[in-house]
Amino acid sequence: MSFSDTLDPLQLDALLSEEELAIRDTVRRFVHEQVLPGVGGWFERGEFPEQVRSGVAGLGLLGMHLDGYGCLGANAVSYGLACLELEAGDSGLRSFVSVQGSLSMFPIHRYGSDEQKDEWLPRMATGQAIGCFGLTEPDSGSDPARMRTNARRDGSDWIVNGTKMWITNGGIADVAIVWARTDEGVRGFVIPTATPGFSTNDVHRKLSLRASVTSELVMEDVRLPAGAVLPGVTGMKGPLSCLSEARYGIVWGAMGAARACLASALEYATTRVQWGRPIAGFQLTQAKLADMAVQLQEGLLLAHHLGRMKDEGRLRPEQVSVGKLNNVRAALDIARSCRSILGASGITLEYPVMRHMNNLESVLTYEGTQEIHTLIVGHALTGLRAFE
Amino acid sequence: MTSDTLATFEEPRYRHLDAERSRYSVAMAEPLDPMDLLEIDRLLTPKELALRARLRAFVDDRIRPGIEEWFAAGRFPAELAPAFGAMGTLGMHLEGYGCPGGSTVDYGLACMEIEAGDSGLRSFMSVQGSLVMFPLHAYGSQEQKQEWLPRLAAGDAIGCFALTEPGAGSDPGAMTTAARRDGEDWILDGHKRWSTNGTVSDVGIVWAQTSEGIRGFVVPSDAPGVRFRSIDDAWSLRAAARSELFLEGVRLPATAVLPGVTGLKGPLSCLTEARFGIAFGAMGAARDCFATALRHAVTREQFGRPIGSFQLIQAKLASMAVELGKGTLLALRLGRMRDAGTAGAEHVSLGKLANARAALEIAREARSILGGDGITSAFPVIRHMLNLESVLTYEGTQEIHALIVGEALTGLRAFT
Repeated sequence: MSFSDTLDPLQLDALLSEEELAIRDTVRRFVHEQVLPGVGGWFERGEFPEQVRSGVAGLGLLGMHLDGYGCLGANAVSYGLACLELEAGDSGLRSFVSVQGSLSMFPIHRYGSDEQKDEWLPRMATGQAIGCFGLTEPDSGSDPARMRTNARRDGSDWIVNGTKMWITNGGIADVAIVWARTDEGVRGFVIPTATPGFSTNDVHRKLSLRASVTSELVMEDVRLPAGAVLPGVTGMKGPLSCLSEARYGIVWGAMGAARACLASALEYATTRVQWGRPIAGFQLTQAKLADMAVQLQEGLLLAHHLGRMKDEGRLRPEQVSVGKLNNVRAALDIARSCRSILGASGITLEYPVMRHMNNLESVLTYEGTQEIHTLIVGHALTGLRAFE
Repeated sequence: MTSDTLATFEEPRYRHLDAERSRYSVAMAEPLDPMDLLEIDRLLTPKELALRARLRAFVDDRIRPGIEEWFAAGRFPAELAPAFGAMGTLGMHLEGYGCPGGSTVDYGLACMEIEAGDSGLRSFMSVQGSLVMFPLHAYGSQEQKQEWLPRLAAGDAIGCFALTEPGAGSDPGAMTTAARRDGEDWILDGHKRWSTNGTVSDVGIVWAQTSEGIRGFVVPSDAPGVRFRSIDDAWSLRAAARSELFLEGVRLPATAVLPGVTGLKGPLSCLTEARFGIAFGAMGAARDCFATALRHAVTREQFGRPIGSFQLIQAKLASMAVELGKGTLLALRLGRMRDAGTAGAEHVSLGKLANARAALEIAREARSILGGDGITSAFPVIRHMLNLESVLTYEGTQEIHALIVGEALTGLRAFT
């Protein structure tokens, strides 16, 4: 008795449409051909090559679940599948796509003026312009409402001051969606990164998401025209709605990293011989593999269920939190268990496992920590808020 | 899963909660049902939902009022068997011979609802349907089917399944119970243990070594030489008839053997059926624990506020809800695959492995949230928790299922 597909025991492929499978296969092939050969080196050197960005853009993956303005207009399940396949390559690559599509293009698409949409979305969809999302600050992470960055009126202009931290794509961005306090509440600003007073510093000393650009944004009296504000939203629900979009992609993406780890561990365990037989023939290793298969399968089922709900237009942020909470934790558990199966090989960049494991530490923290998602789910269950 | 909990909130004694809730919460768009946070009910057909509602009412009316006493007394309420039959829960997804002819998902939902009442009563139903009626249906002669299936389906007769022995648990191939020929007849000798329903049974499916390999025998419980003994010192599944079976020179006619199967695949195929039911059933016990814990967490006050408003309690509740949602999705996916004919024993093992463990973890967390109340039988939680220890072990231990899944993943057998 064996599973026809050891990485999909419960045959979820059977639940996908032909179009969804085609998108999935295209992204999987791209990752196999264009990402996997080089990604270990990029991670080691802390690079995020331009040709990968243009490759992803060429496939139409940037803002792929948005309609119009040159965007692909794919469904949510397809977007999820793309995130999964990209993250099977590297979480940094998926982060790039998440930030571009869900955190930069989505708010322009949802809350932007026609001018903002026309100016940015077509160029962002083709990768000619890169976006980033400035919400988190050095002293304001899980509690973003305490942000210090502010925007004040000067005539009809806005003057923005503040510092944003942990901004994926910051150093390579052409445009930043920056959230700032104003007299009216938190507002979003579309800031071309060439604007005087706007500067970035990349974070170099990191051991996670190394094939991704992480930066600090510094804004010193950045003067913006009135047309720079996102007209469609005021208050924390603006950035939070973007996060909900990105978190949805992570629900799928994390399972991609987990799948890549399990595939690597399965191959290693069935070929590595000790005491005269493959280590996969020993009970302790089989218990690890079986537990991982369960967790991967459950995570995929959950992602799939949430994806169908999103396509029906009824997915709630609390439900996305269930997915993000579970799937990132499961992915990290899987990566750690795979790391141990690979023994010493598991600590090298010859195998993808430790790279994924290190990346998933960031994925566990960003876009809402495990603790925050726990409290969101706890609130949904009890009706009681326990954040403060 | 709609809303044991919400319904309870509307009872007058919980009305003060509305005030509590508004004091500690901000308005939400439209509250999600905490018992079905992921809206998994939407994956069920109206017919399935109606079936589930009938079963839930059955549990509320016939099981919940008596279960505390049955568990305390260590008594299986055999008088309920005809009611289980009338509800169509016995041999639920078998066709003909008076069987209900439902789908595999129907059967799973029934297991889930009955086990929300008690694992022992779900065990009765599993043994009757999956371990007794299924082998009769799949491997029995026309005469055997006609003699037993209609009565078993109606709950007028009770069956048991005898495979495990004192010295042969996870390794049933090592059984010593033997059947030898004496002319046309068979003579059975042996000792079986952990045979649910045994002491209240009318018939047993007994597996024994023969010169041809392992065969199944349809043994009337009143046949001379057959003796059942209740296992009374158990602290789990106390509302089930936990039994030993002694076979001493039991003489059976040639027609007592199940003609359709030889070898361990006979009993193992029955176990696959029962294990599937457990993947669903365990989530029923878990749901009942979660509902109880949630109700307690939002009503029990310490330090001047409901304990459900503290972060550590919310972390427990969130983990339980996530595990419950995943396990239910997994069970349902397995059910749809079984109905489509695409799930084998290895898929079922994955579900049993995952869900029995998850259910036990949920029950333990719920026990801790209930504090002192959690160790009393006035609440269902510690009963479910104790029951789930058996569910974790029977029908293939966690270790055995890990090795079945391990083999399915690697192609390597690691049992021995």
